[in-house]
Amino acid sequence: MARYIGKEMSRVEGIAKVTGRAKYAAEFRVPNLAYGFIVSSSIAKGTIKSIDTREAERAPGVIRVFTHLNAPKFRNDPQDRSFRALQSDRIYFNMQPVALVVAETYEQARYASRLVKVDYNAEKHQTDTEALLASARDPSHGRGTRVRGNPEVALREAPVKVEAEYRIPIEHHNPMEPHAAIAFWEGDRLTIFDKTQGVYEVRRHLASSFGIPEEDVTVISPFVGGAFGSALRPNYYPTLTAMAARELKRPVKIVYTRTQMFAGHGYRPYTIQRVALGADRSGKLTAIIHEAVHNTSSFEEFDDNTTGFARQVYACPNLRASLKIVSTDLHTPTWMRAPGAVSGMFALESAMDELAYALKIDPLQLRLINYAETDPESGKPWSSKALRECYLLGAKKFGWEKRKFEPRSMRDGEWLIGWGMATGVWGAFQAPAAARITLRADGTAHVVSATSDIGPGTYTAMTIIAAEFLGLKPEQIKFELGDTRFPRAPLEGGSMTTASVGSAVHGAAMAIVARLLDLANRNEDSPLKGAAASDVELLDGRLQLKSDPSRYVDAFDLMKRHNLNEITETFEARPSREREDYAMLAHGAQFVEVKVHSELGIVRVTRIVEVTACGRIVNPKTAHSQEIGGVVWGIGMALQEATEVDHRYGRIVNPNLQHYHVPVNADVLEVETIFVEEDDKIVNPLGVKGMGELGMVGIPAAIANAVFHATGKRIRELPITPDKLL
Amino acid sequence: MNDKNEHPSVNDGDLESLSADEEKLLDELGLFGAARRQFLGQTLASGLGIFALQLLAKEKALAAMTSPDAVLAQNAASGDAIQVTMRINGSTQILTVDPRTVLLDALRERLGLTGTKKGCDQGQCGACTVIVDGRRVLSCLTLLASCEGKEVTTIEGLANGAGLHPMQAAFIKHDAFQCGYCTPGQICSAVALLREAEAGEASYVTRNLRTITKDLELSDEEIRERMSGNLCRCGAYPGIVAAIREVQSGRQTAQAWHFATQEEIAAVMNDKLLREGRSDETV
Repeated sequence: MARYIGKEMSRVEGIAKVTGRAKYAAEFRVPNLAYGFIVSSSIAKGTIKSIDTREAERAPGVIRVFTHLNAPKFRNDPQDRSFRALQSDRIYFNMQPVALVVAETYEQARYASRLVKVDYNAEKHQTDTEALLASARDPSHGRGTRVRGNPEVALREAPVKVEAEYRIPIEHHNPMEPHAAIAFWEGDRLTIFDKTQGVYEVRRHLASSFGIPEEDVTVISPFVGGAFGSALRPNYYPTLTAMAARELKRPVKIVYTRTQMFAGHGYRPYTIQRVALGADRSGKLTAIIHEAVHNTSSFEEFDDNTTGFARQVYACPNLRASLKIVSTDLHTPTWMRAPGAVSGMFALESAMDELAYALKIDPLQLRLINYAETDPESGKPWSSKALRECYLLGAKKFGWEKRKFEPRSMRDGEWLIGWGMATGVWGAFQAPAAARITLRADGTAHVVSATSDIGPGTYTAMTIIAAEFLGLKPEQIKFELGDTRFPRAPLEGGSMTTASVGSAVHGAAMAIVARLLDLANRNEDSPLKGAAASDVELLDGRLQLKSDPSRYVDAFDLMKRHNLNEITETFEARPSREREDYAMLAHGAQFVEVKVHSELGIVRVTRIVEVTACGRIVNPKTAHSQEIGGVVWGIGMALQEATEVDHRYGRIVNPNLQHYHVPVNADVLEVETIFVEEDDKIVNPLGVKGMGELGMVGIPAAIANAVFHATGKRIRELPITPDKLL
Repeated sequence: MNDKNEHPSVNDGDLESLSADEEKLLDELGLFGAARRQFLGQTLASGLGIFALQLLAKEKALAAMTSPDAVLAQNAASGDAIQVTMRINGSTQILTVDPRTVLLDALRERLGLTGTKKGCDQGQCGACTVIVDGRRVLSCLTLLASCEGKEVTTIEGLANGAGLHPMQAAFIKHDAFQCGYCTPGQICSAVALLREAEAGEASYVTRNLRTITKDLELSDEEIRERMSGNLCRCGAYPGIVAAIREVQSGRQTAQAWHFATQEEIAAVMNDKLLREGRSDETV
């Protein structure tokens, strides 16, 4: 019986965060700091004809103005095609950096940035994905091209079919903390405080850009003020910051403005999808054709895997799910919370709702009829799958049986009521990760791994896991992360951190146990003689036999007897071979009530029941917050979020939080989250699956389906704003 | 883990083991004796220390670099500098700054009070909310020059005397944050909100402005409306509402999540109506 795993625990970094003591990238006190301010291009494509920095350089406090003319060149890295600023006169996207003003104060740098004058040779640009469909091409690695059965024939012969196109605009992550870095050099050694989801990734990027050994770069990122994918790839500002610091021989800080966030780190791509579903009259799917096209940049390929997860959701013998990309004169897109999955499932789950209405079958029943008992893609068994439980429990909690099938059949005065549902799906990924534990004879432990905590509660989850397997209390554990001086961990993305880093912490704890047992059994009289490491456990300082706790050794006395103040073990956890024999996914079911104003078209999401099955829950308190966060993101995507590009200028026209709408407190009403735990011994030693993205995946479709139920209008283009309902 | 267990007692040994920097920080926070002990109990429970020691070492190394305060000298020499006298978290500050300086940048860049966050720098997100003369303001839209003689309270100034402010404790209890970046602004906003309710100030959703009284008890709808100027991209809004409601009403708030029990699951799995739905005729 677990002592801490699965029990509610407040965040261990909670006090640091509520007192303002938690330090984010831009907040480290560094003496003699200079401030950089980025100047952005005003055209989308072309070259810089001339750039006049004289007035800016004369402004008070300005130390230097960097442009492509005087900035040093970074090393070319064929493995890393990410955009690096000030390398040539070429403009690839609007709001691309064209100069960096460095001054003594922020105010001086910001003012002088407006004095830089740039003349361009503009070229004809194209930022509209819709206009480029003829040039759509397969991504170079050709993911997801395999065709199952004969979908075209099956669709033609299907007695009931639906077919439609769905559109998702560009969306931006907009974490509350703007991206920022402070860099300084000590000789040829670089230290950088950066906002990142992966300190090792930034280290590799910087080392390769400057042509220095990775060991000479230290990346520190203990707190990240939200990221949602925007800090997965190395963005252009860390190299820029480090370059300026090297040239000026003093620490430099660069912080994106909110506006610069819209062309500084990627975005969810503009995505067009066509879904065609064929079914027999009983509702059984006979054909799924799911095609997606989204944009990438002109200089780099990005592939959102839009149709990837959708292949595994329903049992269907005939399926084609493809993805094509087009090159636009915009910055490169990137992963944004629930990448691919939420886009693909918006289309597929909307289409399933359309099919339910074509068949006159309850939308939930249609999902149950097509329930995939094994993975339809590989034929492998699921490591675990409690989706049916999610569907039924969610339906029960929500009161789905009271739903009237016909649209516009439920009303509350001027408000039309709609109930919709959808399926959520995400992976159960695990990547190699390492952790180091130092157990001290005073009964405390220091646990480190170079992972990140962008908000999901990694500090707390790792503290819980370490406490559980070291048999200590959580307050005796100190867990640290976000530093390249710690053992390597993967990017905090794809909802794989607890599975990956948690397994490493678990493994390191097991190594500590084995080491203690070895020490104990050097004594001939050890009560644990003959026991294997798997037979013993640490609990409250006792190394004891699991089957007979009366046979034990005091672990800390043992260490003292051997003159050991501490013992340290590092462990790298890798995905098991056993995983290959199974299909592994996390699932969920989402039920939504909306009220749509009959005259004004305003949509309110009044009630959501979110049921998730993602293996074991380490900390239900933070897990609950993750699911709520997913719901809030789903509401934003469904009803509010869109980055508007004026294609005449190839420029984003709403790069701020006034015109790019994200949900506010008043937009989020009743949200109930329920966890259906799965006992999964395959996925990883902890039995955990991805959950951070999962909670969002079905929400936009569930809301769109509820809006249809309320109004009879099927909105296939997000966001569902009032104008589309009038 | 039960919330009651989260504040273990701290003995004097723990107090002695503090580094000089930690001592200084606690002095700054105004925590002595029993208050310090209680605060440390909470902090130790957090497992993280007051801040990561590794980072402290790095900052110390940097402090050794020579740093002529070129900025101030230059500002003073240019003749543009203005002097502002104000109280921040109870102590008087006299700052000589560039007249373009906003309160937010003065706090973060000059005074090292980085608890106040910059989210958008244009008054659209609320992350920079601080309390000036008892009212919540956006420090990014507040020129420092306009703060002459004012009393400013930041997140660092809330936890004084006996440890955490009740609102800070409630935010932890209700997990009213994830990444924590909007949190200081949310908390300052929430603390000022309590006073607005006390004074009987109306909001957009207040039903009857004629009968409005002092000491309003805020409904969830009122809290949501009044907190909608503080964005939280992690979406911790339900926790924020629960924390504020609990502090304002003094009543405990129930949790909104649960694990499905075996009985619940068995019941729905055997529910024929749910599993097979209704025929079209009954629809």
